[in-house]
Parts: sequence; structure tokens; C-alpha cells
Amino acid sequence: MTTKIEMTVNGEAASADVEPRLLLAHYLRDVLGLKATNIGCDTTSCGACTVLLDGESVKSCTVLAVQADQQSVTTMEGLSPDPEQLHPVPAAFRAEHGLQCGFCTPGMVMAAVSLLAENPKPTEQEVREGLEGNLCRCTGYHNIVRAVLVASGQSAEKVHDDDTEKAPSGGLAAAPGFSVGDETGGSGS
Amino acid sequence: MIPVGFEYARPDSVDGALALLAEHGEDATVLAGGHSLLPVMKLRLAAPELIIDIGRLTELSHIDVDGDEVVIGAGARHRAVESSELLAAECPLLPAVARTVGDPQVRHRGTIGGSLAHADPASDLPAAVLAIGGSVVLRGPQGTRTVPITEFYTGMFSTVKEPNELITEIRVPRTGGAGWAYEKFVRRANDWAIVGVAVVDNRVGLVNMCATPLRATATEEALAAGASIADAAALAAEGTDPSEDLTATREYRRHLARVLTERALTTANA
Repeated sequence: MTTKIEMTVNGEAASADVEPRLLLAHYLRDVLGLKATNIGCDTTSCGACTVLLDGESVKSCTVLAVQADQQSVTTMEGLSPDPEQLHPVPAAFRAEHGLQCGFCTPGMVMAAVSLLAENPKPTEQEVREGLEGNLCRCTGYHNIVRAVLVASGQSAEKVHDDDTEKAPSGGLAAAPGFSVGDETGGSGS
Repeated sequence: MIPVGFEYARPDSVDGALALLAEHGEDATVLAGGHSLLPVMKLRLAAPELIIDIGRLTELSHIDVDGDEVVIGAGARHRAVESSELLAAECPLLPAVARTVGDPQVRHRGTIGGSLAHADPASDLPAAVLAIGGSVVLRGPQGTRTVPITEFYTGMFSTVKEPNELITEIRVPRTGGAGWAYEKFVRRANDWAIVGVAVVDNRVGLVNMCATPLRATATEEALAAGASIADAAALAAEGTDPSEDLTATREYRRHLARVLTERALTTANA
């Protein structure tokens, strides 16, 4: 049995009769032919399939196409009007060499667009935490973080400043991913 | 990975969802954000015949004060909990814990009700609500019932919720003046907690130390009797039954529970 879905994809109306089990990632790639959205881990871990659903980043391997019915989807193809007029985020990724093999790039860019919509002037640490759902197996994170800072209108050199401050004293407590709860707490009043 | 085929319904009200649940019973499964359900369906560990999508029911997404409690609609996304100014003032542990769930993409989709209903022992929010001392509001064909969180969990991935019931609200006491902290130990960004410890007003909730979330009652009693934080935290693993897996042995989890409890109590009482 199929279900009719209608959504706006990259500003244009799209509709199809789909099986409810069809994933949004497969709908975008295989039905609409929008192949910028990559499928990496297929388990909600790597973020390669990140797209915007009503303006918010989601992993399209863990969203059913029917869940996006009557909503708006933006993929990497829909960000820039043409290759000569890149959206600020991909433009910054190009300027700061924020990619190596490029597989994670569409997901990274879409996650960054969502991050900057919620937090237009993030610190370097906020950029790193904001991209924690996206893996780069080339381990090119340093330039990706620089690119997001540049896209937000800030200096990429903030990365070096922050790293220098943190490295000597923070130790394990400052290492991303070791204990994420250590900054959250408050005393009674 | 492709789920087994199913039929899909998106009712426009809680009543509509309950009617479908009454009709289809255990053959139906409720979908809110889908970030617990879809992964297990893709692995074919679950194959419901009917999916009832409640993800867009605005009557389930409110966050309001009601007397001494804050009422959170079961469909409130983690992102909404994380960024709620009301919760930051009235129950600050909850947004802090929501912020540690998964990653931003996951938090844009996952819901607090879904997290509690799924009852994964490694989930952050169930133990946090346990530490806060909240309750879960269930609606079914017989009407509405409110279950204290202490009576909600019955085992790994299981709760007292009947198949024809829907979680509609989570109610938590207003604890804006109480000391609080959440310590979550992970080895990789956006991972599940190996162990987590949530503290509110010296009530201690443990993540991943048993098949269900549980309170560190020996620690709480020691604190109430005047013990130091260090002495009380040394009792945090009493009565726990942690699992052993690739990330940690049982004894290592017990060690983490003691260390994280001391850190969380120290922060909460600073």
C-alpha cells in the first residue's frame, strides 16, 4: 500500500506515492534524484545524510518520507542559487579547505547551516559541540570548525586562540567526549 | 536497511490516536520522533503492522507551569526541553540533561515521552525524571491515570504503560531553588552514557546501573543522616546490578557510579 506525500523540496513542490517504510534519504536520492545527500552509516550516527526539515537539521536515514509530508526539506542542492553564488557556508568550506574526500561535506554543511540559524555567533567550542552528530573519517575537523566560524562572520584564528588556552591545563576534562556533563550544574539558592 | 512494510496513520488528535490504539492493540506502535523506534525497525527487531504518527500533535508539545509542577507534553522535542526558559528557571536539571542526548539532529526529532516510553536503561532522561521525582500521565480507553515515576519502569525496555495507552504528559515538581547536576560518562561524542548520575536536591538518579533507572538510596540515606559527600558517594553502587558490555565491566560501572556521584553531589552542593 502506498501513501501520497507532498512536500516542498529546495523551494519546489514535490509529490509522489510512496511506501510508508521509504526513508527520507532514499526518497531524496532515488525518487527525486537529489544525490548530494549521502548515506554513510545508516544508523543515525555519522550525519552524512543530514538535511533540513522545516529549517532544522535531521538525519534523513532516520526519518520516514511520510513524516516529512506537508513540510519543507532543504538539501545541499538547494542552498546555493548557482555554482558562482555559493551560500556562505559552502563558500567558507571552500575558502578554509573544510573538506578532504568530501563524503561528509553535504551533511556537515547542512548541520552547520542549522547550527548557525540557532546560534549565529558560536564560539569554537559551540561549533564543535554543534557538529557532534557529524563524523569526518578524514579527521579534517580543524578546518571544518574554521569554516563554520568564517561562515558566521568571525575569524578562523579563534580556533588557534581557544586551543592554546585549553591545551595545557584542561587535561582529560577538556577533551571533547570524555565527560559531557561536567559543565552542567548549579548550587541551591 | 529497510524496515518491514507497515501501514501508516497520522491522526489529528490524541483521541484519534487512542481510537486507533484501541482498534489495533499490540499490532500498532506509536511513532513520535522515531529516533528509538525507526532504528529497531530498520534492524527488523520490531515489525509493527501499523504506525500511528503522533509527532505533529500540538496538544502534546506544551511546556507549562501548573501549580507546584511543570507539565511537559510527551511530544516535546529534546530541543524544546533543552531551550525552554521556563524549565531553565523551574527545573534546570531537565534542559541540562536534554542537551546531552544524542546530537543536535537527534534532539530536533526525539521527544521526552518517547524516551521515557522506550525505557532504555542507558537513556539520560528517565533517570533524570526519577531524580526530580516526577510522574507520567497516561491516557487510555478507561481515562487518564497519573503514575509516579518510581512505579513507571518494570524492566529493561518495559513500563506499566498498556498497549492501548498513550503517554500524554510528564509532570515534574518545580525545583528551581534546588542544587542540581548531571554527570554523564562517555568515550565518544554523541554516545550513550556508559554511566550517568543525575542529582536534584540530593536525590540521586543512576543511568545504566540496572535494567531500569534507579535511585542511589544508600547514598541518599547517608546524606540525610549527615554523612560527607565522599562517604555518601562511596555507597552509590549499593543495590545496583549493572550490565557488562564492550564499553565497561560491571565493576568498572560501579566505580564510575561512585566517582560520578561524588562529582555530581559536589557540584550540586557548591
